Formats: sequence, structure tokens, C-alpha cells
Amino acid sequence: MDKVQNNKAWFLVLPVLVLVAFSAVIPLMTVVNYSVQDTFGNNVFFWEGLGWFKEVLTSDRVHAAFGRQLAFSGIILAIQIPLGIAIAVCMPKRGFWASVCLVLMALPLLIPWNVVGTIWQIMGRTDIGLVGYTLDQFGITWNYARNPVHAWIMVVLMDVWHWTSLVALLAYAGLQSIPQAYYQAAKIDQASRWKVFRYIELPKMQGVLLIAILLRFMDSFMIYTEPFVVTGGGPGSATSFLSIDLVKMALGQFDLGPAAAFSIMYFLVILLVSWVFYTVMTNLDKAEGR
Amino acid sequence: MVATSDTYTPAARRFSLPKVRARHVVMVAYLLFMLVPIYWLAKMSFQTNREILGGFTLWPQNPTLDNYRVILTDRSWYIGYINSITYVVMNTVLSLAVALPAAYAFSRYRFLGDKHLFFWLLTNRMAPPAVFALPFFQLYSSVGLFDTHIAVALAHTLFNVPLAVWILEGFMRGVPKEIDETAYIDGYSFPRFFIKIFMPLIASGIGVAAFFCFMFSWVELLLSRTLTAVNAQPIASIMTRTVSASGLDWGVLCAAGVLTIVPGALVIYFVRNYIAKGFALGRV
Repeated sequence: MDKVQNNKAWFLVLPVLVLVAFSAVIPLMTVVNYSVQDTFGNNVFFWEGLGWFKEVLTSDRVHAAFGRQLAFSGIILAIQIPLGIAIAVCMPKRGFWASVCLVLMALPLLIPWNVVGTIWQIMGRTDIGLVGYTLDQFGITWNYARNPVHAWIMVVLMDVWHWTSLVALLAYAGLQSIPQAYYQAAKIDQASRWKVFRYIELPKMQGVLLIAILLRFMDSFMIYTEPFVVTGGGPGSATSFLSIDLVKMALGQFDLGPAAAFSIMYFLVILLVSWVFYTVMTNLDKAEGR
Repeated sequence: MVATSDTYTPAARRFSLPKVRARHVVMVAYLLFMLVPIYWLAKMSFQTNREILGGFTLWPQNPTLDNYRVILTDRSWYIGYINSITYVVMNTVLSLAVALPAAYAFSRYRFLGDKHLFFWLLTNRMAPPAVFALPFFQLYSSVGLFDTHIAVALAHTLFNVPLAVWILEGFMRGVPKEIDETAYIDGYSFPRFFIKIFMPLIASGIGVAAFFCFMFSWVELLLSRTLTAVNAQPIASIMTRTVSASGLDWGVLCAAGVLTIVPGALVIYFVRNYIAKGFALGRV
């Protein structure tokens, strides 16, 4: 749609600007402020320069948390994207059962994140949880509170349960927009199911899949509540992802300087990915001619 | 040829057993994977704590509503739902009220810095709450709003206002501009046009945006827990606090969990076709 140039539109945007400035800019400025200062308490601050940034950049703890975060995001993307596509392809296209599938699949997406944590915390226990109990019956000593590998399996399984449906629903929306004529043409050409998928469905889903990957990356990159409830970041710090580590640093130990420097670098990564996301979105809009 | 075979196969198959296909198996297995954990939560909510810890069972032996009774009669539990709903509703109303005009501006006009502003909104939706937890705590403490519903409602606008703007903009751009122009020619003022003509046209969009604001505020834990202590403590925070305490009553905890799923489950049917759209910020 061709838009009209009109700077008076600013008046319509003003309320949003004021509100978001209050809830985003002021807190961010506080963070910037802390990141370059040090204190001995009593609200007396002095200039620290880039000291905290150097400290955080060379800190083993932050490196480890960043590594765990990348590993986690990588693993869940590698599972959720193919699984989500597979589910979308298997879903009924229309009618009663399509609605049933949509509703049931969307259910985990709408559960409060701490309850998701509670559910899997219970599921993994060997005395009262289905998963833990079953594994125990097969003679596997299962203890996600002690064993880092088990903790990781729990957290990944939980995230797959929680978010795969989102990928599937996005991919499904992409599939729905493919005109029936494409399938008829493929049928006339006697294309195999795989070829239909590879040369018709996958290219047509490209846009939504890109959105799905970016959304899942962003949301897994700032995951906090679910692993916090299930493992508390443990055992040790085996499942302390970036957000959990940051909250420990900021609100647990009150290390304001390092936490602020950490926050800013964290935010810069997010900014970069957001920019990619924005570019993808606007390019998609252009491709659709809107 | 194709058309004829399409017409006749269903009729021929009507009296035979439904064919089991791989995709049905995959679908059923996946739905079971989705539902079993929820079933488990619901199952435990109908058991007494002694029965839960007494032995492993696949369904409640003596179903009881005691856990729900505890939650609905004990003030320290049910107050959590009241607090949560209070700030969630405040947040939803506030987010929509400011997002509606802004989304209209973004969908209809070009103005100085519009793209930058739109991008900046997106970064707020994507910002990790963990980064904001400490500064929010200090900000709201210093203005005397700590442990109030307003504080949480305002804090959640951080991601809900951008979300609402993006979703609403996605719906508004689908409305042809000729409608606006005709209304102005007919002598409608902007506010009257917006409320009388434009808002009914994007009613479904407003509904979807409201639903997602509600949902994202409802499921969030970190900020709402950091910004509250006693008076405005949300249910999510009460649940995590009981987990860390000793002598945990699993049955009551599960009942509390089931009750938090209810609001989403009630409206899910009406928004089922918009869920992907809402999560993708109105872009699918």
C-alpha cells in the first residue's frame, strides 16, 4: 500500500513513544550508567570506564554461560524445526479434525511458563512422574537434579514439548497458502510425495520458516522461567543459561557493574538478531507486494 | 480425469475401514506427547498428597476436589489469581489503548523516523526480561510503585505494546485506504471515523491483539516476581515460592497449575486460526 507522507502522524505515535521510553529507555540508561561505574556502597559512584566490559569479556563464567546458551538454542532449533515441519505436513488440511489438532497443539503455548516448568519437574521425578518412573522401571538410574546430562535432556524435552507446536502452526499457515493448482500440476506430472514436498511445499514455506527460526532463536536465547523452575540452573551451573546467570549476578549477588556490562552485551546480540528479523519481515512484505 | 476419481473415491471408501496412514500415526503420537503431561498435571490435582506420594498410579484412585477447595478458600492462594488478573487486565487495556492509534499511523502514513521507530519497538519485544529486571526494580522502588499492580502492568508494556502495535498494524494494512478517504469526504472527524467505522472493521484484529497481550502478561514470571513482594504477588510467584519451601503439597500445586491453564483453554477455540499470526507479530 502506498502511504502518504504526513509528519502529523507523530501525534498518533506519541503515547506509545512516551510509554515505551518510560519502560525501556530509562531502565536501559540505568544499565549503561552502572556498566561504567563502580561503588563502595552508600550510593557513591566513581568512573570505572570500560573495566567491567573487559572483565565480563574475559570472564570464564560468562563464556561458559554463553556457550551453554548457544548449545541449547542450537539443539532445540535442530529438533523443533524439522519436527515442526513434519507435523505441519501430517496435519489434516481442513474440517473438524484440523480444528481439533489446532486447539490441542496450541494448548502448551498458552500455559504459564512456570507451570510448564512444574509439569516437567514432576514428569521427571522417579517417584511421581511418568517419564522418570518409566525410565526407572527400565533400570536407568534417572536423576535430573544430580546428573547434568539428565538435566539437559529434561530441559530440551520440555522446550520441545512447549514450543514445537509454534513451528508446526507457522509451517501449517505457510502450507495453507499454497494454491491447490500447484498440487494438481504436480499430480499431472506424477511427482512423488517427496518431490512435492521438496519443490513445492518447502520453497513456499521458506518465509514462515525463517520467521519460525528467528522467533525460536530469540525466545530460546532469553529463556529463564522454565529451566529456573525445573533445575534452578543446576546441577552446579550445568543449565544456567544467559538469563539465569544474569539474574543470579544482578539480583542474587548484586554485582551491579559486571551485571550491567553483561546486560549491554546481551542486548547487543539481541539487537543484531532483531535487525535480521526486521529485514526478513520487510522483505517478505515486499515480496507479497504489500 | 482427476476430477472424476476425486468424486468417486470417498463414496467407495465410505463403508470400508478407514485406512491407517503414516501421517495419522505421526499426528496421533504427537498429540499424545502434547496431552500426556497436561493429563498428568490434571490427574495429580485430583489426588491427595498422601495418595500421590503413596504409590505410582496412572489415574486417581479416589478422585477428590480437596486441592481445588484449598485454593479457592485459602486467601494466600486465591489472592494470587486476583492479583494476576488485575495487572494483566490493566496491562491489556493500556497496551491496546496506546497501540491502536500508533498502529494506524504506521499502517497509513510515512513520517520522519517511522521505520526506525518500528524497528525499535521490535527490539523491545525481543529484549530479554532478565536485562530489565534489576533496573525495573530500582525504577519502581524509587517512584514508590514497588509491589503494586501498576508496576507490573507498566513493566509488561515493555513487550506487550510493541506486540500489539505489530499485530494491529498487520491487520490494519489489510483494510483498503479508500474507506478512510470516503469517510473523510463524508465529513467524519478522525476520532469519530476511527471508533465508528475503523475499529469495527478490524474487530478481529483487536481481539487477537488483546488475547496475545493477555497471554504474554499472564505467562510471564521473572518481571512480575521481581516487582512484587506481598500485596501484588501473582499466582506464578506464589507457586514457585511453595516449590522452594519444605513440606510441599503436590496436589495443591497441580490444582493451582490447572487453574492457570483455564483462561487460555477457554478462548483457545476462538483464536485457533490466529495463533501463528499472533506469535509471528501479525506477519503470517
